Amino acid sequence: MHSETVAQLQQGLRARKYSAVELTRALLARIESAQPALNAFISIESEAALAAAAVADQRLAAGDAPALTGVPIAHKDIFCAAGSRTTCGSKMLSNFISPYDSTVVARLRAAGAVVLGKTNMDEFAMGSSNETSHFGPVRNPWNLKLVPGGSSGGSAAAVAARLVPAATATDTGGSIRQPAALCGVTGLKPTYGRVSRYGMIAFASSLDQAGVLARTAEDVALLLKPMAGFDPRDSTSVECEVPDYQAALNQPLKGLRIGLLKEFFDQGLDPRIEALLRTALEQLRAQGATLTDVSLPNLPLSVPTYYVVAPAECSSNLARFDGVRFGHRCENPRDLKDLYERSRGEGFGAEVKRRIMTGTYVLSAGYYDAYYLKAQRVRALIAADFERAFSTVDVLIGPTTPTVAFEIGAKTNDPVTMYLNDIYTIGANLAGLPGVSIPCGLVDGLPAGLQIVGPHFSEARLLNVAHRYQQESDWHQRTPEAYR
Amino acid sequence: MAWETVIGLEIHAQLATRSKIFSGSATAFGAAPNAQANLVDLGYPGVLPVLNGAAVRMAVMFGLAIGARIAQRSVFARKNYFYPDLPKGYQISQYELPIVAGGQMDIVLEDGSAKRVGITRAHLEEDAGKSLHEGLPGQSGIDLNRAGTPLIEIVSEPDMRSAKEAVAYMKKVHTLVRYLRICDGNMQEGSFRCDANVSVRQVGSEKLGTRAEIKNINSFRFVEKAINYEVARQIEVLEGGGKVVQETRLYDPDRAETRSMRSKEEANDYRYFPDPDLLPVEIDNAYIEGIRAQLPELPDQKAQRFATQYGLSHYDALVLTASSELADYFEQVVQKLGGEPKLAANWVSGDLSGFLNRDGLEITHSRVDAAALAGLLARVRDNTISGKIAKDVFEAMWQDQQSADAIIAARGLQQITDDGPIEQAIAAVMAANPAQLADYRSGKDKLFGFFVGQVMKATQGKANPARLNELLKKLLSG
Repeated sequence: MHSETVAQLQQGLRARKYSAVELTRALLARIESAQPALNAFISIESEAALAAAAVADQRLAAGDAPALTGVPIAHKDIFCAAGSRTTCGSKMLSNFISPYDSTVVARLRAAGAVVLGKTNMDEFAMGSSNETSHFGPVRNPWNLKLVPGGSSGGSAAAVAARLVPAATATDTGGSIRQPAALCGVTGLKPTYGRVSRYGMIAFASSLDQAGVLARTAEDVALLLKPMAGFDPRDSTSVECEVPDYQAALNQPLKGLRIGLLKEFFDQGLDPRIEALLRTALEQLRAQGATLTDVSLPNLPLSVPTYYVVAPAECSSNLARFDGVRFGHRCENPRDLKDLYERSRGEGFGAEVKRRIMTGTYVLSAGYYDAYYLKAQRVRALIAADFERAFSTVDVLIGPTTPTVAFEIGAKTNDPVTMYLNDIYTIGANLAGLPGVSIPCGLVDGLPAGLQIVGPHFSEARLLNVAHRYQQESDWHQRTPEAYR
Repeated sequence: MAWETVIGLEIHAQLATRSKIFSGSATAFGAAPNAQANLVDLGYPGVLPVLNGAAVRMAVMFGLAIGARIAQRSVFARKNYFYPDLPKGYQISQYELPIVAGGQMDIVLEDGSAKRVGITRAHLEEDAGKSLHEGLPGQSGIDLNRAGTPLIEIVSEPDMRSAKEAVAYMKKVHTLVRYLRICDGNMQEGSFRCDANVSVRQVGSEKLGTRAEIKNINSFRFVEKAINYEVARQIEVLEGGGKVVQETRLYDPDRAETRSMRSKEEANDYRYFPDPDLLPVEIDNAYIEGIRAQLPELPDQKAQRFATQYGLSHYDALVLTASSELADYFEQVVQKLGGEPKLAANWVSGDLSGFLNRDGLEITHSRVDAAALAGLLARVRDNTISGKIAKDVFEAMWQDQQSADAIIAARGLQQITDDGPIEQAIAAVMAANPAQLADYRSGKDKLFGFFVGQVMKATQGKANPARLNELLKKLLSG
């Protein structure tokens, strides 16, 4: 059962090949046994999962079951779920029981999905290796010495190790696509505004977007459908019709204009990954797509731009964690200042503090114009670059990451090197564009990712391209040996 | 040395929306602590603000009423600072692009002179909660019922030159927001309050002096006292050779003084930036014109109309239009009475207002309604009772809430207009006061008043004064 995709599970459940309870039990057992090695989960919610699965079985029997009924998934621990511990990977929220459901959680529950647990992540989604989690690093199922990527490392590792067929995730600068690439799974970051941010603990509000990690583009389409759509509780969600992503998957690629981003094929890119990409592009060309070189001259500025905008927003978003109403509170505060300083000092980890400090600095009087304002201007230039590119091509394709997974601890003392891991993914966040990463080969036995970026609300097209590629390749079916 | 005072006000008016500016919680005053604070108001992880359209509408109404520009695109910004009553660690406000900019307000001073006060801007923002200390020894409580209540902050130019001007301006803004029904104006509950920026400079100087900002003053009387105290303090500092420090001060009404809260050096760097959770507020001309078309008659327009339509003095017109409810009351009296606007004006701004003030009642809770007052004035007009008796009848009406006619009939207060009974009363008074009569007849004209008083006393004040005068003159002269 664990090797089946969401699409296969949907059929298996409806055909009563296995019950939702049996399926849930089997996957919970896998999760439990994989947990010591991978540490992919922060909370395993066996009891609630089994109860939900029993209800799913009733609905399946009664014949009124919505599309995902009985399908087991996991949520990144950034999504608030009523009555469930929601930590955001932080000591600050290590005992926080959310009193309410995020829109993503509510909609997937309404679609029938059974939640097995909450996955590990970088603290407050700040990290590219899952090493900043208060609950310890997640290990890459392909090699336990390596990082799974981040910040959605727990979700990516869980899908790669076949612990769940799909998991929710979020992407602020690459946090879905980068771990998808490093763990060899399919990950979609939708258009900013496509999926509601309500109940998703904010890191950088203008960049954060919820999405899906799964094995196949088809499975991503199946989960995205119920997740997407306008939410009156999120003013930045967009009132734009949600297409039938699944129906669009098989559209032929004939006439598809693919842009190859000059800036993506740069010196930092591992030549072995580049070779895999070229092979994949040939395959797409064989299906009728055309390839054109395009340039986004401002794109090389995305990392510095991002590392002004994202910390600025995070410094404000994380001000609410003050020890007054919820979250970690220091013991015996002497006075208000002490309460703030020690609660925050004890509750936040080093990377979160670094970004709060950076963000506070760039918004300060006398520095705002030079940093924050300038970064916003560059951001607009980058968005304009993308828009110009999409006047001549339908999608842009390039690598997701410059290298395959690196060793745990290798970059922890050098934040700038760590930040450069997101060099190919950040642009889409700054421009609010959708992007998908799919497995496109192995380098030294480790997965590499191919990234497809499209115009706003082109998720159906991106999943279509990814699906057609996956129909002609088997990289997405490769499974780490220990988890077959 | 002659000093000139320079004052600018920042008025915070709580908008009368049913729910909060960014959440669905109710805004009613007086609920149990935190009963009206939902997860958004509490700043829970993951929650998001959603703008209340009613607040935008009210801000636009205010902008149109002061002749300001309405921004077709305005932006909410975060004002970042830590305080326990500020759940998110930032207040959502407007900074660089406020919804209203560049208006004015005309005020009339006590000496009758007019003055125009510029309004720099008015922006929307959310209120903070409040800290509670009573009954919590060694601890502080937080009540977030007020957190997220919509406010409009109205920032004036430094155009006022005395505390009296500042009060006149604040009263005028108070009148306007209540006319527009966008604020209940309740100052005790904090619905309408102000910060005063006060500085002094030598007469003739162009340069502004260093200012102090007096925070959170919640009555007209305190505004005047706080400013006057602060002006005297600053002049004393300057004349003593010192320098005024730029700082935030607090007015203590118990001691009638201002005290330093924090200096400029201690001031927060609020790190304003556009709130990424909220889209810019974009409104089009049709929306603005739709609101303009529905604006009620404004105080200045109404006062102008009262002066021309009812032939009232400008002063009377201003007094009667101080609130739209008072103006409505006056117009109802005139309508029911079928005229006599001056008589109605005198009564509404005189006796009626006196009783309202005495009992601390709003006009809408008057114990004598407009129809009842018109009933009383009708009896004055047709000489059933004199103006003097009418005052007693009014008091009785206020007490018993009966009609004027019922009270007049029950107490037999109808005016005596027939000559016979008045002549009889005069004759009796003359007979009882032979000495005074003799003096009068020998030339002491001043005693006429004595006889009027005696006859009035004998008739219990009911003799028609005009008839009494005439008959008394005739009979006294013999």
